[in-house]
Amino acid sequence: MSITKRFWVSLLLSLPMLLEMVLKPFGWMLPGGHWTMLILTSIIMATSARPFWQSAWASFKKHHANMDTLVAIGTATAYLYSIYAMATQQPVFFESAAIVTCFVLLGQVFEERMRNNASNAVSKLVDLQAKDAVVLRDGQPQRLPIDQIVVGDLIQVKPGEKIAVDGVITAGHSTIDESMVTGESMPVEKQSGDHVIGATINTTGALTFKAEKVGADTMLAQIVELVKKAQTSHAPIQKLTDKVSDIFVPVVLMLAIVTFMVWYSFLGASLASALIFAVSVVVIACPCALGLATPTALMVGTGRSAKMGILIKNGEVLEAVNDVQTVVFDKTGTITNGQPVVTDIIGDDTQVLTISAALEAASEHPLAAAIMQKAQTAGIKVPAAQEFQAIQGKGVSAAINGSTAFVGNDKLLAGVTITQALQQQAAALQAQAKTVVYVGENQQVIGLIAIQDTPKATSQAAIAALKARGLHTVMLTGDNRRVAEAIAAAVGIDAVIADVLPEDKAAQVQKLQENGKVAFVGDGINDAPALTVADVGIAMGSGTDIAIESGGIVLVKNDLRDVDRALALSKKTFNRIKLNLFWAFIYNVLGIPVAAGVFFAAGVTLSPELAGLAMAFSSLSVVTSSVLLNRAKLETNVAMA
Amino acid sequence: MSQIIVVIAGLLVIGFIAWWFFGKHAVATVEAQVEDQTQTVDVKVLGGYSPERVVLKQGVPAVLNFTREDPSSCLDRVVFPDFGINQPLPKGETEAIKIDTSKPGEYTWACGMDMFHGQLVIE
Repeated sequence: MSITKRFWVSLLLSLPMLLEMVLKPFGWMLPGGHWTMLILTSIIMATSARPFWQSAWASFKKHHANMDTLVAIGTATAYLYSIYAMATQQPVFFESAAIVTCFVLLGQVFEERMRNNASNAVSKLVDLQAKDAVVLRDGQPQRLPIDQIVVGDLIQVKPGEKIAVDGVITAGHSTIDESMVTGESMPVEKQSGDHVIGATINTTGALTFKAEKVGADTMLAQIVELVKKAQTSHAPIQKLTDKVSDIFVPVVLMLAIVTFMVWYSFLGASLASALIFAVSVVVIACPCALGLATPTALMVGTGRSAKMGILIKNGEVLEAVNDVQTVVFDKTGTITNGQPVVTDIIGDDTQVLTISAALEAASEHPLAAAIMQKAQTAGIKVPAAQEFQAIQGKGVSAAINGSTAFVGNDKLLAGVTITQALQQQAAALQAQAKTVVYVGENQQVIGLIAIQDTPKATSQAAIAALKARGLHTVMLTGDNRRVAEAIAAAVGIDAVIADVLPEDKAAQVQKLQENGKVAFVGDGINDAPALTVADVGIAMGSGTDIAIESGGIVLVKNDLRDVDRALALSKKTFNRIKLNLFWAFIYNVLGIPVAAGVFFAAGVTLSPELAGLAMAFSSLSVVTSSVLLNRAKLETNVAMA
Repeated sequence: MSQIIVVIAGLLVIGFIAWWFFGKHAVATVEAQVEDQTQTVDVKVLGGYSPERVVLKQGVPAVLNFTREDPSSCLDRVVFPDFGINQPLPKGETEAIKIDTSKPGEYTWACGMDMFHGQLVIE
């Protein structure tokens, strides 16, 4: 029989007894008196309450005790004593056994529903998966189930359809809604060559893409795996409850016996009232609330954060976040875009770009890439250059349309002429921590190109939010001090540690840890040691696999503002865990003495019925408080995505 | 007189509870047998887990078959925190749980409320 059915049976059969409890003062008595009660309660015991007995007995044989042990002993004591009392013409309390069973089951019905509610984040994620896709096989489009797609398949996606797996676009142009995976609410425009993520929705145009990752390798599958692990992980704070729950039920049983002994043997209470106190103790104690306090909150918290594109890997990380005092950022790729771009062109734009693009076309230098990118967006027609000559450590020269052109750094300036005005402008650009490239023709500098790795648009807001939280922000970079400080000033970071060799990043984090817990935000392979050493490692989702593996929190959206959101959500979840635990402990610590009749002199006592209701309510309230975490307002200074 | 009997009986029962629940008792252990390159262990869920300690061989794909016979909702899920598994156990149905045996070590599993525990050893 399901719990719900057991509840309805017990409710239906308890109702007449409940009615009598309420109407007794008005002179209404249950027809049939004790005999009716005996029959109704016996049916409840045999149907609704029997599973408690089965479970309690099975546990007992294995030297375990649980919630059911308490309910079984409580109700059985009340029931069996009442039969004895009925036989010896004394007051009975069948209704206690019946109503306690009913209330406990009521609590379990709701609790079961709530627990399913708390754990459904993963199934919601899995449901995002597309079921099938149109795959080109032998040149023919075929609709295939998703598990038949293999790497390299070409897949067609119509507007409004889901993208089946991860891949790269080969034809078409569209905007894609990635909110369900990355949490990014703005649709993203994509064209040939761009990557697409499985389970996102193609909105406007038709696309063809090549499958690159299928099955367990897709981003969604990996997110699901991460969330599953996070939801079942343990927070260190749980260790206490683990210890308590091991001994909880036997200790409560002992307390109940002590209660009975004290009332009966020392305070001279009647057998019946001593027994009532003991039964109340057994019934009110609720180990479930303690056991549920942490896992349910952890489940809801990590599930909610996953929806926002923030993957918190486990409860340990969640707890560590609370004490973080310093947030350390890697510069390149974390605070900045990680790709140098042309910021200024001095001189004739077209001429300068044309010459430099022609000379840099064959180069693989990152600065060359920035120039080529700029030339492409400016629509420059790049002429062919001949007689390339690399000038070691200085630049490159070549012949274009009969004249000798050159591009290079300031070491190239010896032997060429440059106007004073250009020299001043170059100095000004360098002061802004920009890399200056000199462009010239026939031994004469004709223009300058300034190149810089610019901060992400969101970096400044992200750092301001963290500072508003009272956190110390630090930038850690291998770049030179001038460049680092210019970026730091632009985004408002507190302190800069520059010229750090990649292998020293972890050591620098350790040094900062002397003054409190440190969170490290990074994305590169060289950040992995620092991510591991830090109390909380936060990896950017666009980062390398090794960085994502090392981090305790992964920001799927690659938006630095998510650092603040991640902190806010972790804190909220952890506070909820603490609140739940406090509530569960206090409930038991206060409830048991009250039920034992410690406050009898003050006129405060609890009948077993009320104790049962309190018990049902306590575990229910803990789970409800966890589920409400889904709606809790986050205290963050950045707009919620 | 009855008061004294109650005190003596009560103390005896308390002593029994302490011995029964807190004393050291042998834990049922089952070592998995390898057959056709997989190892399988059946775990009965009734008043806890039988066996409570499962020993698996490293590197051999393993399946634990959990069958819940216990009516209690306390045991309606089984959680392996180290493996990210949180599996509902409908009463009376056998749920196969695949275990990744690539890393040796001692792991635990527990019910959804962390009240009942089992131990998993991979060696």
